[in-house]
Amino acid sequence: MPRQKIDLAYHLEYLSILDEKGTLDEKLEPDIPDDLLLQLHRAMLLGRRFDERLLNLQRQGRIGTFAPITGQEAAQLGAVAPLRPSDWFAPSFRETAAELWRGRTMESVILGFAGFAEGAKSETKRNNLPVAIPVASQVPHAVGLAWAMKYREKNDVAMTFFGDGGTSEGDFHEGMNLAALYQVPVIFVCQNNHWAISMPRSKQTHSKTIAQKALAYDMPGIQVDGNDVLAVYAAAREAVERARSGGGPTLIECVTYRMMMHTTADDPKRYRTEEEVEIWKKRDPLPRFQNYLKARGLLSDEQIGTLEEAVKAEIQAAVDRAETQMKAVGDPLDMFDHAYAELPPYLAEQREELRAELAAIKEETHG
Amino acid sequence: MAKMTMVQALNLALRQEMEKDDRVIVLGEDVGIDGGVFRVTDGLFEQFGESRSLDTPLAESGIVGMSIGMAVYGLRPVCEIQFSGFSYLNFHQIESHAARLRWRSQGQLNVPMVLRTPYGGGVRALEHHSESRETFYAHIPGIKMVIPSGPRNARALLVAAIRDPDPVIFFEGKAIYRAFREEVPEEEETLEIGMSRVVRDGKDLTMISYGAMMRPTLEAAEELKEKDGVEAEVIDLLTISPLDHQRFVKSVTKTGHAMVIHEAPRSFGPGAEIVSRLMEKAFYYLEAPISRVTGFDLTIPLFSREKEYLPGVHRIVTSARKMLKD
Repeated sequence: MPRQKIDLAYHLEYLSILDEKGTLDEKLEPDIPDDLLLQLHRAMLLGRRFDERLLNLQRQGRIGTFAPITGQEAAQLGAVAPLRPSDWFAPSFRETAAELWRGRTMESVILGFAGFAEGAKSETKRNNLPVAIPVASQVPHAVGLAWAMKYREKNDVAMTFFGDGGTSEGDFHEGMNLAALYQVPVIFVCQNNHWAISMPRSKQTHSKTIAQKALAYDMPGIQVDGNDVLAVYAAAREAVERARSGGGPTLIECVTYRMMMHTTADDPKRYRTEEEVEIWKKRDPLPRFQNYLKARGLLSDEQIGTLEEAVKAEIQAAVDRAETQMKAVGDPLDMFDHAYAELPPYLAEQREELRAELAAIKEETHG
Repeated sequence: MAKMTMVQALNLALRQEMEKDDRVIVLGEDVGIDGGVFRVTDGLFEQFGESRSLDTPLAESGIVGMSIGMAVYGLRPVCEIQFSGFSYLNFHQIESHAARLRWRSQGQLNVPMVLRTPYGGGVRALEHHSESRETFYAHIPGIKMVIPSGPRNARALLVAAIRDPDPVIFFEGKAIYRAFREEVPEEEETLEIGMSRVVRDGKDLTMISYGAMMRPTLEAAEELKEKDGVEAEVIDLLTISPLDHQRFVKSVTKTGHAMVIHEAPRSFGPGAEIVSRLMEKAFYYLEAPISRVTGFDLTIPLFSREKEYLPGVHRIVTSARKMLKD
């Protein structure tokens, strides 16, 4: 018997609409309402400036370690923009701009990075999972959420985020396999930012692209210019619409770059060159999008200036609110809250132990 | 009332909860068409269909991770990990997420899921099919760890686990799946998680055990009564975590003698925690050192030697006699 070709009829696309030189492919330009374009721009600007402010706060010792998002604003905001509130969002730990878009407040982010569990509280219940730190472990959660949506016959979707490093984890592969098998409405968004701490993308996988991993699970996969918010939005909208209408999961690889350190505890100079960073600075998603909006007559330099001021004031107000809240929360006894629906008797005893210890310390200090 | 094996009683619990509540979904490897390798989910596929008796690929982490997502959404997934010896692959999903999402979200989310899995030795199985690693799960804050000892309490506890708002790890002793039958009422019956039971009254010695080890423990108590005139009080923990110490502490204040019996390895096993609680709360009532009759601190041997590894009536009786003589 001769060897026979197995025809998988599979093709992979790379999508770029607005390139780094600002050239627009008009045929591919997505139809996005003006107000949504401006909203996206504001969210990208806010994401960038908030990141910068968080870095200042961290360097001043006012918050702890965090993972900066600078450079990835388009890759995360373009992806979440087509979601509606009833959809579910399952982030990793580097999607702060997307979290804000999904309704998390800046003060809750600050509170969280300042070491207060209360940072996870938000004023209304939203369909967002909290940040997941163990890499790719959130991927199967999104599949479970999507399975439940399909079971309940809702036309909602779940969207999960992970990095290029995350695609080496078993949970990524198990999640992709399960999603394709059950044809559930989930969108896998890879933020390929080229670096997993010190490991470059080339040392993470032998595969030429991350997107091609979709082939193994027989689901659509696409690679997009992650610094082109129009391309990310177009790819995400297509995937979300397909999932909503029963077409199953999609893998989107957003090719972007981690402009900053892995977290504030890391020094990227140990493993990557300034030249590489410089190349990516020229591909910055924010000025690229601003130039597009200016060319369309939707935004002027003056308006950008006004917006910068407004965003700065908004961030300052959030920092102030967060620092006020820090004084109000933080009763050590609250660490016993939310361990279980009801505190078991032995935990109530341990809580009492701590209460007595704190009272004794207070007595010794002031008495 | 019908006389049932533990497998049949667990099946009854699942079937009745699925009939009452369409949020209850069973999922795992071979749980659908095959009805589970031990047949605990037998007939659920026929009665409730593919969507509620869901066959999954071989992906323990994916099964548990997916269950977490389903539970967060408001369903009540009951996933089966075919053998607890394969549950290390899903361990991080339990430790990192199922146990913590309530806390991490500050009470906004909860994970009402059950992970059912067969544990323990005594069925002449292959490697990885006989271990008792309840300590791993009992050590995780935010998790409830339940181990029934017979058909009737298995049914009642599984119903309680399914209805519990927090994640429950439910270990089922393979050795007692079909070893004996008990009357199990057709009408609803539940047992409160976190409550142990005195299953035999006595005044001379307190024997604390759970799961498949309850059988040799009760046999040993009977032998001590017949041959030595010793009246042992026997406590079935039923829940390992949250551990109900009140009942065994009260018993030991009466008997002054305590022994813990489990098939898990001795060091850092559940016995270590039980002994600590007794030292903290019943020290002045103890008339002899507390004894632990357990598996050895070894990988459980292949089945030609597992009988000698597992605590049996002889080891329990000998240990009790030594303690009472000293």
